[in-house]
Amino acid sequence: MNKNNDVESIVIRLAGDSGDGIQLMGSQFAVSTALAGADFATFPDYPAEIRAPVGTTFGVSAYQMNLGGGPITTAGDAPEVLVAFNPAALKVSLPMLDKGALVIVNNDTFTARNLVKAGYDNDPREDGTLNDYQVVTADISHLNLEAVKEFGLSKSEGGRCKNFYALGMLLWMFDRELGSVEEWIRRSLKGKPTMRDANIKALHAGHAFGETAELSANLSQIKLPQAEMEPGEYRSITGAEALALGIAAAGELADRSVLFCSYPITPASPLLHRLTNLAELGVGTFQAEDEIAAICAAIGASYGGMIGVTSSSGPGIALKTEAMGLAVSAELPLVIVNWQRGGPSTGLPTKTEQSDLYQAVYGRNADTPIPVLSASTSGECFDMAIEATRIALRHMTPVILLADGYLSNAAEPWRIPDMASYEPIATNPVPDTDDGPQRKAFTRDAKSYGRAWVTPGMPGLMHRIGGLEKDVESGHISYDPANHQRMTDLRAAKVAAVADFIGDQAIEHGPDSGDLVVVGWGSTYGPIYQATRRTGASFVHLRYLNPLPKNLGDLLGRFDKVLVPEMNFGQLTTLLRDKLCVEPVPFSKVTGQPFLIRELIEKIESLRGEAS
Amino acid sequence: MTDKLTPKDFATSQEVRWCPGCGDYAILKAVQKTLSDVGADPANTAFVSGIGCASRFPYYVDTYGFHTIHGRAPAIATGLKLANPELDVWVVTGDGDSLSIGGNHMMHAMRRNVGLKILLFNNEIYGLTKGQYSPTSRIGTTSPSSPKGSVDTPVSPGQFAMGCGAKFFARAVDTDKVGLSDVLQQAHAFGGTSLIEIFQNCIVYNEDVFANFTERKNAANTQLHLKHGEPMLFGKDNCSGISFNQDTWSLEVVDASESTGEVLVHDEANAIVARMLIDLHLPVALGVIYRQPAVSYEDTFYAHHPSRMERKKSVIDFIKGPSSWTVKG
Repeated sequence: MNKNNDVESIVIRLAGDSGDGIQLMGSQFAVSTALAGADFATFPDYPAEIRAPVGTTFGVSAYQMNLGGGPITTAGDAPEVLVAFNPAALKVSLPMLDKGALVIVNNDTFTARNLVKAGYDNDPREDGTLNDYQVVTADISHLNLEAVKEFGLSKSEGGRCKNFYALGMLLWMFDRELGSVEEWIRRSLKGKPTMRDANIKALHAGHAFGETAELSANLSQIKLPQAEMEPGEYRSITGAEALALGIAAAGELADRSVLFCSYPITPASPLLHRLTNLAELGVGTFQAEDEIAAICAAIGASYGGMIGVTSSSGPGIALKTEAMGLAVSAELPLVIVNWQRGGPSTGLPTKTEQSDLYQAVYGRNADTPIPVLSASTSGECFDMAIEATRIALRHMTPVILLADGYLSNAAEPWRIPDMASYEPIATNPVPDTDDGPQRKAFTRDAKSYGRAWVTPGMPGLMHRIGGLEKDVESGHISYDPANHQRMTDLRAAKVAAVADFIGDQAIEHGPDSGDLVVVGWGSTYGPIYQATRRTGASFVHLRYLNPLPKNLGDLLGRFDKVLVPEMNFGQLTTLLRDKLCVEPVPFSKVTGQPFLIRELIEKIESLRGEAS
Repeated sequence: MTDKLTPKDFATSQEVRWCPGCGDYAILKAVQKTLSDVGADPANTAFVSGIGCASRFPYYVDTYGFHTIHGRAPAIATGLKLANPELDVWVVTGDGDSLSIGGNHMMHAMRRNVGLKILLFNNEIYGLTKGQYSPTSRIGTTSPSSPKGSVDTPVSPGQFAMGCGAKFFARAVDTDKVGLSDVLQQAHAFGGTSLIEIFQNCIVYNEDVFANFTERKNAANTQLHLKHGEPMLFGKDNCSGISFNQDTWSLEVVDASESTGEVLVHDEANAIVARMLIDLHLPVALGVIYRQPAVSYEDTFYAHHPSRMERKKSVIDFIKGPSSWTVKG
């Protein structure tokens, strides 16, 4: 990156100790960027430890942002600007950088002790390690403490202002306004006037530091272009925020209250936290004693006529499996959100993966089909939550919505939708027949196979439901062999019927036939979008994984090669092979990090090379 | 409801499929009678069960019913009660269902004080899986999975309930129509979680395991029927009583034929005495052993919810988040 250069987009990585407030600084910076008209995508990359030992490489928390003219769909491959708050952050982040990148380091933390903790034998600022980069050093800790001296804070309190000092510097570098951040500080530190004023002071002091000769001797401001975005009102949104709003919106569209039942787990908990703020939308949150109780309480809520929703991550979803079977058998609606993370077992709780596809589609005892959807971007979590609820209520079935750890925390600008454009969510009416209540409760719609949602409290419709096999017509317990066959067929047909309502699979971009199509699902949307646009390859992205859209087989059949990049060991590849008789080329990445655009471009080009 | 329903009105058309002579039949009858006595509205009543012989119960009661999965009935019932707090929700469970696989959910339902009436059919054996020892089986119980006798120390449902902070614990014998109906009615009237341990005779796998105190001919001497505010008397003509021995800090049987001066008066709200009564071996304490009224979980949940679970605003009011900006065309 050159001085005085106007750039199309820029990738910035902030890295420091997990207690440094990096995540907060990053998200605030992203919002101020958006307010100035840039598109952005973010990638919070934080450790599993809450407060890992200070100064260690495993305690490094980072926030990567890609800002600029649109469309920006990933947090960027290689950071062009790195702000390293300590030696460990520099050590961890440096290998990600291309030569020539701008590296800003906080001098004050480069003590002998911290260098040892980071595993540096020599000071990287002096031994040539940084020769290939533009380096700006600043005494951030020291300057910040000076700036907030007048408030008489303790050293640790004063030190906590340093992320806003650094944020002030960054905002100057990118010519952004301080207003929105300042407003945020005022709001969040309302009850703590001294800390509020100290942080605002630090923010301004950091900005002034950039403005004065002190920083501008080394670099000048970077001008980012306005993104060309569809007109409308936008906000910054994370997947957890969008999904929470989507669940509340689904309740509104169905005119039902929502009971969200969950047990804390990384990275699913942000959804629980967000939903507690949406209570006035008729949303209740119940923190259950365990994962099983969470899904069971949600089933109980659905049985009682509220929309039952539960959420977890892979290990928790595994525990919920038996109860999912109950909801299938009892034909009750339920939305199950899985924020996937690296596994097996506890695995990489804070790192992203999309390796629960088998679990979602195939992972239950017996023949227990469940519709499976996935969200591609943070903003899309809103629509997919509505869609999952719509399917659950129409077909009277549990629905699994796959998201992942990346989407949970990643922020992007989101065009605020017009709620009037959404169809209300309908339920099946109680049949107007002379049948008894047991039969009425299990009379199913001819197209969706969904039954009426008869709930306790409704007069004259008392009936019994449960996990025992029931007669396909009367709804009473049945051990009849032929009936079990019919019920198994019915459960399969019901999930297959979802495909009748979802429409055809579209191509995101590229020709509708040819040598290569790249097929993605979930949060790999961003990097695949960029890689296919840059290479001209066709791109198909799946939101419906079970059942697959009806035309998908034909669509993919028009290409010589089907490349499936995914953050697992090839699970969509298996699914496509199973359901469509295509033979995809898998491209698997399981490092806990999203795909880089360049990795995908290389893969696409090498496949094309083979073909020619 | 206009006319009061009879016990028969609470029976379904389903053929009852417990073993002939099973204690469950008597319990079913007592529950149907109680529903009639309290004037229950079948449309507003739900029975939720787990897995096991006892858990077949909902199929035989003409109210709403949900036969769920092993051990999870309290969790499902909690969600149901939160969705519709007006419902009368009964949980039917056994000793294996509630204290082995479902122990965790029992614990949390009781400590939250969810408005559920939990009927724990304790027969000290796994019936439906053909007779293995259960978490309430006494040490030395021989069974297909413990041919030389079980070695596990049994759990006491009452002590478990007290430890979990339950606010209502009662006991009854399956065939004791009067005693069982009485505690069912009291459980029904209680606002929070009411746990009833019902000594239920499994005629096939654990016959007469409670015979030492349930046999009618000797019941007067082996059963202590507790009534709040009344002295703890039992035996022929109430000749015996329960007293507190201050030297040993325990309950003991005293002669009450001359004087009842030493005999304790039952105070349902006394948790310490309740714990001692639960451990009393002969006589066995029956009736409401402990009752400490407290606000139910669902009441607290709704009271703390800013709009009592109703939609007072539209998603439009929240969708813009803390800040938004406009991109012009």
